[in-house]
Amino acid sequence: MKPLQRKLLRELLRLKGQMLAVAAVVACGISVFVSMSSVQYSLEASRARYYSRYRFADVFMQVKRAPEFYLETVRRIAGVASVNSRIVADVTLDVPGLDEPATGRLVSIPDYRTPVLNDLFIRSGRYIDPGKPEEVIVSKPFLEANRLAPGDHLTAVINGRKKELLIVGMGLSPEYIYEVQPGAFFPDKRRFGVIWMSRRALESAFDMSGAFNDLSLTLAHGVSEKDVIMQLDNLFSRYGSLGAYGRSEQLSDRFIADEIKQVGIQITFLPGVFLAVAVFLLNIVLRRLVATQRDQIAVLKAMGYSNEDVGIHYLGFAMIPTAVGAVVGTALGAWLGRGLMNIYADFYNFAELVYTFRFENVALAVLLSFTAALVGALGAVRKAVSLPPAEAMRPDSPVIYKPGILDRASLRRKIPVSIKIIVRNLERRPWKASITVLMISLAVAILIAGRYTYDSVDRMVQVEFAEKHREDVTLIFNNPKPPSVAYTIASLKGVLEHEYYREEPVRMRFSHRFRRISIKGMQSAEGLQRLVDKNGRQFALPPDGIVLTSALADILGVRPGDRLQLEFLQGRQLHREVLVGAVIEEILGLSAYMNLDQLNRLAGDGGVLNAAYLRIDQSKAGALYTTFKKMPGVAGIMMLKALKESFEELIAKSMTTSTLILTSFACVLAFAVVYNGARISLSERARELSSLRVLGMSKGEISFILLGEQALLTLCAIPVGFTIGIALSALLAHALSSELYRMPLVFSAYNFLFAFTVIVIVSLVSGLAVHRRLSGLDLVEVLKTRE
Amino acid sequence: MLGNPLDNGHESVLKISDLSKSYLMGEVRVEALKHVSLDFYSGELAVLLGASGSGKSTLINIIGGLDTPSSGSLFFHGREITAATETELTAYRRRSIGFVFQFYNLISSLSALENVQLVTEIAEDPMPPQDALRLVGLEHRLNHFPAQLSGGEQQRVAIARAVAKRPELLLCDEPTGALDFQTGKLVLDVIEKVNRELGTTTLIITHNASIAGMADRVVRLSSGEISEDRRNLTRLSPSELVW
Repeated sequence: MKPLQRKLLRELLRLKGQMLAVAAVVACGISVFVSMSSVQYSLEASRARYYSRYRFADVFMQVKRAPEFYLETVRRIAGVASVNSRIVADVTLDVPGLDEPATGRLVSIPDYRTPVLNDLFIRSGRYIDPGKPEEVIVSKPFLEANRLAPGDHLTAVINGRKKELLIVGMGLSPEYIYEVQPGAFFPDKRRFGVIWMSRRALESAFDMSGAFNDLSLTLAHGVSEKDVIMQLDNLFSRYGSLGAYGRSEQLSDRFIADEIKQVGIQITFLPGVFLAVAVFLLNIVLRRLVATQRDQIAVLKAMGYSNEDVGIHYLGFAMIPTAVGAVVGTALGAWLGRGLMNIYADFYNFAELVYTFRFENVALAVLLSFTAALVGALGAVRKAVSLPPAEAMRPDSPVIYKPGILDRASLRRKIPVSIKIIVRNLERRPWKASITVLMISLAVAILIAGRYTYDSVDRMVQVEFAEKHREDVTLIFNNPKPPSVAYTIASLKGVLEHEYYREEPVRMRFSHRFRRISIKGMQSAEGLQRLVDKNGRQFALPPDGIVLTSALADILGVRPGDRLQLEFLQGRQLHREVLVGAVIEEILGLSAYMNLDQLNRLAGDGGVLNAAYLRIDQSKAGALYTTFKKMPGVAGIMMLKALKESFEELIAKSMTTSTLILTSFACVLAFAVVYNGARISLSERARELSSLRVLGMSKGEISFILLGEQALLTLCAIPVGFTIGIALSALLAHALSSELYRMPLVFSAYNFLFAFTVIVIVSLVSGLAVHRRLSGLDLVEVLKTRE
Repeated sequence: MLGNPLDNGHESVLKISDLSKSYLMGEVRVEALKHVSLDFYSGELAVLLGASGSGKSTLINIIGGLDTPSSGSLFFHGREITAATETELTAYRRRSIGFVFQFYNLISSLSALENVQLVTEIAEDPMPPQDALRLVGLEHRLNHFPAQLSGGEQQRVAIARAVAKRPELLLCDEPTGALDFQTGKLVLDVIEKVNRELGTTTLIITHNASIAGMADRVVRLSSGEISEDRRNLTRLSPSELVW
């Protein structure tokens, strides 16, 4: 090994605390980058593989009932590659071991296995026997959540009749990667499942021979989805079409697409912050190193080492810790990525979720970190290179102090000298002080933003499950019911309150923009369901006009006061105009609300109801559930409490992990910045502090001067960090919000307290580490050597 | 060159003509050298005397290619050093110049041997580093770090480091400045030995007039100008010096 390399290694070892801090920050940034980009790639690749292997459709449509021969017409639409018709129906299930009723979505499959669109992946068990109509294949999450397996039985209420089903296989489909009950937003694995059943069995059960109610198709390459959708809508309007839609409106695909997008945001944002801090740390550490080694640089140059030799030598001080950070970060990232994929596997049901660790990601990470190292080292290395050797022989020119704020006559006498030293030091290099404050505040900000998601989801749960919805049970009818259904339900023992709504599919149009959506006709907004915005404010239902969620209003480009065209998709398919009465910022989804009577009037029928919200007497719940389990005409049952629990369980797992990661990374960041700041101050001021000791100051007093400066910087950084944290959270909320949900911007006092406490503890620990070195200061040695 | 009383019959190694240097120190302009002209000859041991601030360090830095003059020229074996590029200066220092500093300027993270290797690594025809350390009497301290060596030992390592490359010119800037009398003499002994045994042209700058006795030639600088340039009739051995 060459002497210069040996010098590099030994001095790195001497600076190990500071260098490890740099390496740790780089490692955090790289691990986020590597894990997130691997996760993003893995999700994308798994989805693409799943979709192509199991022929996920491009366009979907639900109709009331259309004749099978009509498929020929669909096939003739230019650009349609393949078509598949199915019968799909939602039914109530009686699941062994589950008191409450569950909801099953029955999906028809060919009696004999042939390749179809949205095909089934049979995880275990087998395909159905065409001769046995009771055989079914059931979705994996539902079976697992209910501890069922092929060979077990299920009871379904199909068209008013109880039917015993035999589970023969456990399956998955690209259509239900995110498996959620229609109308719900979050998966409730125990109470909702997909059941694949023989087409013939469903035809006879639902009286659908020679007909279908669900259409999916794939498009030839380069065909306009919009054109095909328009033709389908024209063709099927008389068959009660709810409007065709592409993948972007298919709930499962939408969730995954949004998830992949969010991962992408994290790839850019977090590593960016960490690498910026690494740049800053390398900058201050190397500048200090070059300053203390002026004479060594001079002697190297005097001996004939070229500027490049010297430059490369000092660049090594940046490159080696960065390389260590990159290696550790890559390993950590690979491990974290695998862990994250396991969490995703809980949320999303892929046939196979393959974790792919890509060399490209590592290469990019290494490139990024070395670029950061280069940028961080640039200033110091340039200084080392450009230092004329003769000048380097001389000590650095003395720092010029000028009278500052403390030197006003009125203040001068009252302030102790130690405070003056602290303030002058900060005044002398205001830029360095500001950047240090900024870096510490970034750590505070990451803590705030990390816990913000907690607060936000908390608010989400509060609004959705307590303020907006106050019912216990939602009964969704399989067919629109006349208003008289209320009498039947009211007569059920244990029903305390009941409220109904109508859900009417329409196409909303405003100038050239349009959107397919269901309008919810509500009896009132003060009963079991309320209109509550993301901040918890309650809205009244205007007597006239429609209420749109802000996301929907944005898509259509409307504001309150505009007049919106409504094209009813069912019944008499009337075209109407309605006033936009209000826009409400809801947390979930896209919705439109209207007074039930007004909706009935606009639809031009006598008025129908699609679902009931019930508040029930918990002591009679058991009996009521039994009734619901055999009640005809019910397509789905949702339990608010169960939904909430399953949501919390799901979120808790993923959020605890991500918050833990963020919190630890923020701690690393804070420690690295505070510790390095103090170490550099110590190195810059060792002579001065020793002189003070020689003059009679105690260890405590000089500690106060050194650590007081750090404490002051940290204290300044906390409010700045809070502000940046809030801004960062707002940015995150904006970036992570989608059509599916908007994250409310809320901060609990606990969040700030937590960030404050973490930073204070981290600062104390790093202060203590530096204090130990301060005690070990060799007074004589320090005074003897030349600075 | 014939006829020059200081010629001594040797070839001129270094030719300095009309050299001036001024620089800014903080907010003050310092006129370090004013129109200095001098020649140094092969094998010569010269002492540059001067009080602090007389410009002697500036002169030696310019001779060593560490600094550039504000005006004037400097020729080394007929090659103009003052017109050299940065790369040429680096090569000049690497090949031809050995430096010894007042504060030794050893790399504290490298051992004595490694400090010498620092030079032998990049020199063209160096002596083995062990030989260089033997020359200064430190063959038994090879693996000691600067912090484990006394001041005199550190300076001897620095001398070993400077001569290991077999330079044509050895420049010593206050080599005894940080040392006590006895140790200082020991170090001068080593410098004298190098000059005598290797024939290296040697320039010692010092404010200590007693050292002048060991030189072939004494040049006195004051306020950036040459105030005296004389030749000693006999060279004293460093052990005979007294201060």
